[in-house]
Amino acid sequence: MRADLLTDAVDGLDEALAAVDGFDQVLVGGLLRPQPAQAAGLAGLADAVAGSPLAGRTAEASEKTAAGAADEDHFLVLAAARTALLGSVHDALVARVEEAVGRPRAEETAAPGAGAEHPVNLLAAARGWLCDLARTGWQGIDHELVGGAAPVVTAMLPEPALRRLATLLDGFAAELAASCPGATLERIPVRRWADLWSRAMLLTLPGADRTAAVTEVTGRLLPLGVDLHEHATAVQAQVHAVFEPADGTTPRLVRAGVSAPKPDTVVGAGLWQLLRPHMSLLAAVSEGRAMELDAMPVTAEGDLLWDDAHATPGEPADAFVTARVALPTATAAPVTPVDRHPARIAVPVLIEGYTVEKEDDGLAFRVAGERLAVDAVRVPAAGPLTAEAVASSGACLGLLRWDAGEFVLQPLAVERTVRKKPVAVHAGAWAGGTADKAGVRAEKAATDAVTVLRERAGRLLRK
Amino acid sequence: MRVVPSARPRKLAKVPFVELADGRLQGVVSSGSDIGRVYVSSVEAGTYAFSCSTNNNRPCGGARGAFCNHIRALIGEAVLQYGAERVARYLKVDVSGDSGEGADAHTLTFAMTSTHPAQGDKSAAAQVFSRFLRHLAYLEFAPSTAPLPEMHWFPTTGAVA
Ligand SMILES: [Zn+2]
Repeated sequence: MRADLLTDAVDGLDEALAAVDGFDQVLVGGLLRPQPAQAAGLAGLADAVAGSPLAGRTAEASEKTAAGAADEDHFLVLAAARTALLGSVHDALVARVEEAVGRPRAEETAAPGAGAEHPVNLLAAARGWLCDLARTGWQGIDHELVGGAAPVVTAMLPEPALRRLATLLDGFAAELAASCPGATLERIPVRRWADLWSRAMLLTLPGADRTAAVTEVTGRLLPLGVDLHEHATAVQAQVHAVFEPADGTTPRLVRAGVSAPKPDTVVGAGLWQLLRPHMSLLAAVSEGRAMELDAMPVTAEGDLLWDDAHATPGEPADAFVTARVALPTATAAPVTPVDRHPARIAVPVLIEGYTVEKEDDGLAFRVAGERLAVDAVRVPAAGPLTAEAVASSGACLGLLRWDAGEFVLQPLAVERTVRKKPVAVHAGAWAGGTADKAGVRAEKAATDAVTVLRERAGRLLRK
Repeated sequence: MRVVPSARPRKLAKVPFVELADGRLQGVVSSGSDIGRVYVSSVEAGTYAFSCSTNNNRPCGGARGAFCNHIRALIGEAVLQYGAERVARYLKVDVSGDSGEGADAHTLTFAMTSTHPAQGDKSAAAQVFSRFLRHLAYLEFAPSTAPLPEMHWFPTTGAVA
């Protein structure tokens, strides 16, 4: 890997992010009575997309908004312009990563496929709430405003076609609620909330979250590791893997995810318990096995739409062997326009031959003279991988991400030398279950918690 | 990157539901004697006005003029779930002026009771109970294997918990 390319400046990046930051600052004070500084932020966004097809509409939306005369469509255009700008940042960063790891890029674009019909009234309700937020600004949020999301989310969650927006709104609203009242907030996560806001705005457009076109694949799936996501009321486990087609064509980088809404008290091993029954791949990951896929649906973006009926357990497969042998030959899938965002970058890489540097607030690897920050926090609680294991490792299989202006490495697994032999520790080792003592204890606690909740639900919910 | 850390694991038998919401610490406490009954308890941020009643809206006998055992249990479990610092900050409890560091459920409870808080109005109970039912309903939604790219904004932060 050319680590130097990860630390080199990317042309145009600072300018694009400055325009994004200018707009994001507008949302801090809100759009009800825009001030001159906010007008400048809005104009900056319009200028930044002046050369794009969004130019005319963004200029109009920016002017109307600065004059305090914006409607919901204008807000939507601003969200789209901001998303396009970050899309260009995403593309520049991904090009840089591909150059650094020497991975060939798949040429075709991921065209959207057919999508389910969305109940338009719920999308309109969600957009109404988001526009109220934008008018009020982060400094003006209170419990009443934030609580307005709850009925919308409750109505959306049972609709599979609305799961993406519902899950996003739910996590966003919980975060805002924990930060109320906005007037006394010491530190506002300005970029983050603007990210969540714009993304939610775009998802209120019918069809915006349509999955990329779906085909079927047959061949061997070699897991690399598990990336776990959670907020108070949702969890997703995403397995990164190399797929080797049975017809001998080029191996592909793919992901397979499983997600579920959850009560906030289901945590730790409880997350695995919730997801495990719906994706046999999690057990294969824990056992260090490949899986044989037969006509498994996959999107043009490289997301397997996992169905246990199309998968059978295969031979043992060591993730580090996969990373050394198969990963360098695999191509990455293209990304659909709405998903082009720096926060979505998660590129599997194997890093070796580094020294570990302990810093005040974490770890970094020194690779070929370059510093690569390690995000060892982004690791499941119910799993054996710890910051200490990462710090004493000699090889690290992880996801390259981009956060707060730099590339960082999220460890999925590390290899340590114990009595002159390499021993692997996987973040997702307990995904499919475990015999580890601490793991078994965590499983028991999680089972007890869910048992209590189910008992309470059975007694109280259907009265 | 995340603003709200995930809840810490705790046993749920006694207090199945706790939340910091609507400007209150609120939750549901199982009755010790009747498995079909729960108490809905809450303490308001700032004033510590408290309320406790059953899910059938009967007032709790223990909560006349002072925190009952349900409210005390609620505070204890909230501290387990969120940490004393976050609970103190939300309820605006000044614990020896050190931003809640070193505080525990006992010091929090003591700090609030020593202000002799008033009995709050019961109207919140129905709302809290319906939020508990909404919370339980999260067990009922089917998992999905369709990609959920938005979750990349919500990484697990397990290693520090
Ligand atoms: Zn009581």
